[in-house]
Amino acid sequence: MATTAKKKDVVIVGLGWTGAIVGMELCEEGLEVLALERGDDRDTIPDFRYPNIADELKYGVRYAAMQKPRNSTLTIRRTIEETALPYRSLGSFLPGDGVGGAGVCWSGNSFRPMAEELRLRSYVVENFGQGIIPEGMTIQDWGVTYSELEPYFDRFEKVAGIAGKAGNINGKIVEDGNPFEAPRSGEYPMPPLPQTVDALMFAKAARSIGHHPYPLPSANASQTYTNPYGMQRGPCNFCGFCDRFGCFNYSKSSPQTCILDALKRKPNFEYRANSEVLRVELSPDRKTATGVTYLTAEGEEIIQPADLVILAAYQLHNVHLMLLSSIGKSYDPVSGEGVTGKNYAYQMTGGTSLFFKGIDFNPFVGAGSNGTVIDDFAINRIDFGAQGFIGGSYICAGTTNGQPIRSMRLPKGTHSWGGQWKQAIKEWYGHSMSIGSHGSNMSYSDSYMDLDPTYTDRYGRPLLRMTFNWKPNDIRMTQFMKNQIEPIAKSMNPDIMDSDYKSDGAMYDVRPYQTTHNVGGAIMGTDPNTSALNRYLQSWDVHNVFVMGANAFPQNIQYNPTGTVGALAYWSVAAIRKHYLPRPRPLI
Amino acid sequence: MKTLLVAVLALVVLGLIAIAPIVLVPVAKTSAQQLVASDFTQDGGKSEYLVRLADCAPCHTAEGRKPFAGGLAIPSPFGTIWSTNITPDRETGIGSYTLDDFRAVLYDGLRKDGAHLYPAMPYENYRKISENDVRALYHYFMNKVEPVSSPVRQTQLSFPFNQRWGIRAWNWFALNEARFKPRYNDLVLDRGAYIVETLGHCGACHSPRKFFLAQDGTDATAQGFLTGGEIDGWPVPSLRGPASAATKWSAEELRAFLATGRNNHSGVTGEMTPVVQDSLQYLTGKDLDAIVAYLRHISYAAEQPPARIDDRSKRTIALLNSADPSMDLGPRLYLDNCNGCHFTNGKGARGVFPELDGNPIVVARQSGGLIDVILKGARMPSTESRPMRLAMPAFGQRLSDKEIADLATFLRQSWSNNAGPVDKTAVAVRRQKLASH
Repeated sequence: MATTAKKKDVVIVGLGWTGAIVGMELCEEGLEVLALERGDDRDTIPDFRYPNIADELKYGVRYAAMQKPRNSTLTIRRTIEETALPYRSLGSFLPGDGVGGAGVCWSGNSFRPMAEELRLRSYVVENFGQGIIPEGMTIQDWGVTYSELEPYFDRFEKVAGIAGKAGNINGKIVEDGNPFEAPRSGEYPMPPLPQTVDALMFAKAARSIGHHPYPLPSANASQTYTNPYGMQRGPCNFCGFCDRFGCFNYSKSSPQTCILDALKRKPNFEYRANSEVLRVELSPDRKTATGVTYLTAEGEEIIQPADLVILAAYQLHNVHLMLLSSIGKSYDPVSGEGVTGKNYAYQMTGGTSLFFKGIDFNPFVGAGSNGTVIDDFAINRIDFGAQGFIGGSYICAGTTNGQPIRSMRLPKGTHSWGGQWKQAIKEWYGHSMSIGSHGSNMSYSDSYMDLDPTYTDRYGRPLLRMTFNWKPNDIRMTQFMKNQIEPIAKSMNPDIMDSDYKSDGAMYDVRPYQTTHNVGGAIMGTDPNTSALNRYLQSWDVHNVFVMGANAFPQNIQYNPTGTVGALAYWSVAAIRKHYLPRPRPLI
Repeated sequence: MKTLLVAVLALVVLGLIAIAPIVLVPVAKTSAQQLVASDFTQDGGKSEYLVRLADCAPCHTAEGRKPFAGGLAIPSPFGTIWSTNITPDRETGIGSYTLDDFRAVLYDGLRKDGAHLYPAMPYENYRKISENDVRALYHYFMNKVEPVSSPVRQTQLSFPFNQRWGIRAWNWFALNEARFKPRYNDLVLDRGAYIVETLGHCGACHSPRKFFLAQDGTDATAQGFLTGGEIDGWPVPSLRGPASAATKWSAEELRAFLATGRNNHSGVTGEMTPVVQDSLQYLTGKDLDAIVAYLRHISYAAEQPPARIDDRSKRTIALLNSADPSMDLGPRLYLDNCNGCHFTNGKGARGVFPELDGNPIVVARQSGGLIDVILKGARMPSTESRPMRLAMPAFGQRLSDKEIADLATFLRQSWSNNAGPVDKTAVAVRRQKLASH
């Protein structure tokens, strides 16, 4: 029997980046805010303390900081003809778990999208004509422009304390930055990190053939930093335990290092860990939410009434909760009707490994977002009509870690065990680098999410079902990147060079890690018939539900999503404060 | 023989006659030191602010109990002293206290029933609080604090310290004149002196204890005032002299340390942590400036700080940077455990990771603070402008007594530090002590 808790003004589902941002901003309004986090509470000390956190087997291989599939997973299939099967072992993507969410164990690459990416459909139609958009590709404009979002990118970068070098300040091109980026209102809050040798070699090679290298914008602090909330970071020491690990050194931006201690001081803020939200409760007319129902660690069911419900969980879980709570009509890939679950997209990546007998890369010196990038083949640099695809990539080299289990890069054809493997390890450890392509992924009518008809979770709820596969457009994009990267790599004269890019006929494989950049499923837009959320991340149908996160991306950008997720959260909560709270209603 | 007996008897009688008045004659309470209108009241938040300044809460609030309901165990060299319930509950708190009774607590260390309080209550310092402020504090405790009916454990020290009349003799010896006398003819310095010497009771920890553990002076006219003390094996840094923070740090850094528990050199730790958390972070900018101006004024800043031992610093940095596997255990442990935050130059990171080079906890004669921090870690308090509870992890599980001793010795003798070695038995003693807490 469920008990009903005392009503709050705001309930936030999930206490990661966006939950913390929204909590902070709405507490400023004097509202009573409650955040429900289904994972454990976590803080730098003791949970990420040195040396315990630097345990590659526990965190890097066995995913101690990630969600356990036995507690929460989804089913996956590649085509609508297949029967989806549960994702029982983590592989392709790794949703974070607990307070801080994936903001704890990310690597820290913090980009802004290109202005063109936020109005991609219009950009393509205006420049290359509607005709180049393939049948079934469902790309859309976001409904918000880069210039509208700029102040919120700036805000997020100041709170998260990003280290980098601007390339375009108010339209003026700045040397050593990215000349192709959209105009920024100012320089990054911190100067870039020092670069490792592989990044310097790549920069030199790229520059010598006319490209424009710039330092990867990084959430690893290059110096001490105090953010607008008074939260502090210490300089990164390049320990090489970023991606999949909490930072023991207060160097990586996370909700813990950037927001939570400031938020916990607010007398009108409360959070409850180990509290899993089962569904959003709607009023009889389904136009508003009345609160949420959640389970405590002891299994007690609690109804938590609230005036405003913020979904701030991971992309997959926001979409799942919306489907379970019937917020927005479920998307049907056959008729194309419905919006919730529509336009799931992922990230297209590839890379070339370079082996040099004579160079010591000292890979144990690394930082999650150390590296040099070129945007010479990014979305606004490519003639889509001529190349036959829509999309782009950033290309990057840098050492993120030298962890012995995951980072033993070996030439293709090397035995994966036994004496020859040992010999190869001896020969090549520390003598290789890679150049990676991190690219966009378009959205398609048959890449989507809905409720699984077969499998249920431990509470008897249908699992979320993902239907996703690689498409020719995106494979052509990554093959194009291969053709750009290989000449750069060759010019560096490696002893051995191996490329790994998806090619024609590649099917989505959930086993190897690719990225945890799952996007879409509850997308933002300008039309309630084609998007689940309006431009303020407000549900078109249930106006007191706002949904934060990468689920809002109508297709994936070529960059890592966190910077955009953070900016959208600030954009949305600014609209809540300015327009919604004075008069709660559909804002559009 | 008979003569001897008579002599002994006579001495005993004389002794009893001497003690009798101490035990039997009622103690006179110190009266109000300033004339204040009888209908004087002070509020609008002022009384709460004064309670923050006097920092009553940390000692009079035990974990898990209501504010000011007492019950906190305060270790003393003579046994545990339990703090009292100072909520206005009539039975278990101070609800029946008149203003005069209340003033006697602050000025004379006297309970309403006439019993003497142990000087863990800093009445040596509080006796100089102005009458206006006494009244405001009284007003706060009587009207703004919720009465909590909650008896606390009675303090029971062993003989002879359980003979509270002995404190009366101690008071004759230890207590200076009640009443604060402005002496700088400067509003800022006099305000700073008033806060530090009276409400703030900084001397209770920061002044050395002389004979019978009385504070070595309760104002800056005493040479020993605020020149450092010791609590439970921890050094309490001197606030005066060439090596003191008041001399070495800029006014801005001193202010940042008080208001936020951290600055470009250091982070607060040990018993000062609750002082920042419960008291100093709430001070007005004006009062902070007054404290800083006063501390710098009395710091003997004219004396030059000792010259940096540059060669030694360079040698330490070169050794650590060499990463030579054959180096001694101390520096090797430093590289493996400390260097990520504190760096090879021992300078840490400004505002975030404390400096070890020249750090008073590191180089003090008493090594208890340094050993405890290595064993159990440390955590900064959350403050308004610096909310982050930055922490150092505990290394007690990871390092043996011998390793901690070698590491501590390395820290005390590297860069410009030049303090004595730490022995592994000292580490074992601290470890034992922490385990028993």
